[in-house]
Amino acid sequence: MKKTWAAYPYLFWIIIFTIIPLGLLIFFSITVQTASGIVFSLDNFRRFLEPVYLKVLMRSLSLAALSTVLCLLLGYPAAQFLAAHDLKHRNTMVLLMVLPMWINFLLRTYAWLPLLERKGLINYILGRLGLPSLNLLYNDFAVMLGMVYNFLPFMVLPIYSVLSKIDRSLIEAAEDLGADPALVFRKVVFPLSLPGVFSGITMVFMPAVTTFVISRLLGGGQFTLIGNLIEQQFLTVGDWNFGSAISMVMMAVILISMGFASKYETEQEGGGLW
Amino acid sequence: MDNYLISLINVSKDYNGAEAIKNVTLNIKKNEFLTMLGPSGCGKTTTLRIIGGFEYPSSGKLLFEGTDIINLPPYKRKVNTVFQKYALFPHLNVFENIAFGLKIKKLDPKIISKKVGRILELVSLSGYEKRSVNSLSGGQQQRVAIARALVNEPEVLLLDEPLGALDLKLRKGMQLELKAMQKHLGITFIYVTHDQEEALTMSDTIVVMNGGMIQQTGTPEAIYNEPVNAFVADFIGESNIFDGVMLEDYQVKIFDKMVRCSDRGFDKNEPVDVVIRPEDIKIVDETEGIFQGIIKSVTFKGVHYEMIVQAKNMEWIIHSTKMRPAGNSVGLWVDPYDIHIMKKVTC
Repeated sequence: MKKTWAAYPYLFWIIIFTIIPLGLLIFFSITVQTASGIVFSLDNFRRFLEPVYLKVLMRSLSLAALSTVLCLLLGYPAAQFLAAHDLKHRNTMVLLMVLPMWINFLLRTYAWLPLLERKGLINYILGRLGLPSLNLLYNDFAVMLGMVYNFLPFMVLPIYSVLSKIDRSLIEAAEDLGADPALVFRKVVFPLSLPGVFSGITMVFMPAVTTFVISRLLGGGQFTLIGNLIEQQFLTVGDWNFGSAISMVMMAVILISMGFASKYETEQEGGGLW
Repeated sequence: MDNYLISLINVSKDYNGAEAIKNVTLNIKKNEFLTMLGPSGCGKTTTLRIIGGFEYPSSGKLLFEGTDIINLPPYKRKVNTVFQKYALFPHLNVFENIAFGLKIKKLDPKIISKKVGRILELVSLSGYEKRSVNSLSGGQQQRVAIARALVNEPEVLLLDEPLGALDLKLRKGMQLELKAMQKHLGITFIYVTHDQEEALTMSDTIVVMNGGMIQQTGTPEAIYNEPVNAFVADFIGESNIFDGVMLEDYQVKIFDKMVRCSDRGFDKNEPVDVVIRPEDIKIVDETEGIFQGIIKSVTFKGVHYEMIVQAKNMEWIIHSTKMRPAGNSVGLWVDPYDIHIMKKVTC
């Protein structure tokens, strides 16, 4: 029995909050305001090709990519630990992993300030140990730290969910056929966990590449990522057309990266989150 | 020790106090087809997993060609396993699954594809190399699992209820195929099943297990004809089991009847289990039988009729090619040598 009418509220929802705004965004991005009114033009996109903006894009992409890699390197072993078949208190461990996500995003990012500041906790401890204080805030390091800290659970959870579903007898079969633990991982566990890895990568990379809160708080005012650029255009400069064009470019970047991920997932029939 | 390929000596395994197997001692000869048979939870799979290296015994020794291999991890043992649910690698195709072990041994790719080709022929799956394992039927997956283990030319092949998921007809066919393969390749098979017919069909030696302990080890004929206790008798084929008392040698009291039997060596008035196979009970005229009863039901089973006879407040299962209609009063006759007297077991 198809209850199509039950989907109407949702249909209504996506028309109001997705389709129409998207249409507006496209409209703004391909128009410019002139003295004689609104004119269709690709000037916004052309303007984005200026080196100063491309540099911001490259910086956003590379920072996001780097923190995605870091999340993967930190998150994969954590997921393996959580999925280990003989782990006691598994639910508590998973809860501890997720718990920070229940705290307001702004707040938990802000909480890093007193830790990283010139006269913050870390530098205080370093000073006590007789070590020189470090410049921890308002640089690439701080922004990346914020990204990794905030998005790590999004890497761990999909990998964990895939890993915990791997049939143990497959691992035993590999051992039985002569694979030592390293080979079991390389030839069986890792390939079977790829859908989770790709889910994790998209779920970390996407918010990382568009964030403006982390870069504003931990990067200081002068630290510009693509997210800040868009925010500025809309809130400070008031150039909605250029802001929309940047947003469109970002959407294209994300679509391409998601396309890669979903292609792998349909091939591997996994249990990712997408 | 002498010529045994694998020996388990007093092997026990407990999981947090619950004993899965107790003091299992078992010797396996080269080229033997040995079947561990028993109901689920009897410890047969645990025993197999100890041999495979997936379980570490709580105590005891495991010898392979005379050397203790208990601390050897599975990937260093010269055994291969066919898992219960096949455990084929879903991300690899048929060829890659079978070649898995050979690639780890870093054999020349040409030799690998030759070997895989030959083994696929053996399990009649030639031409399936590029197929995804998920697209195969249960029987085909099972044969891939066997091929994946056999291609490594192990000295011992462990099989954990490999035919459990197949339908009856396919299972019968695979039983014969497996037996033929084992003879042809000269590999020791250690086979785990709960299907007594399967065990009788395929094995050189059957090990009957219950409650984590070995009940009896012997050839299929010996196990069937001379079960050592009522459990084995009941598990291998159908049996009528009654309480009896051994009055003296060759004399047993069943219900209120003194009956001659062919066993001796029990204590005077020792309570025993009396086991009579359904095909060993003859239906005779009411006046000629040892016991009298009424036929309650008759079922045609193909080769024979199965008749349930109510006698002495017990239901007797009788297999006979001659049918007597339900409701008839009949006599039951058993020859003395068909009455098996067994010590009571406490477990």
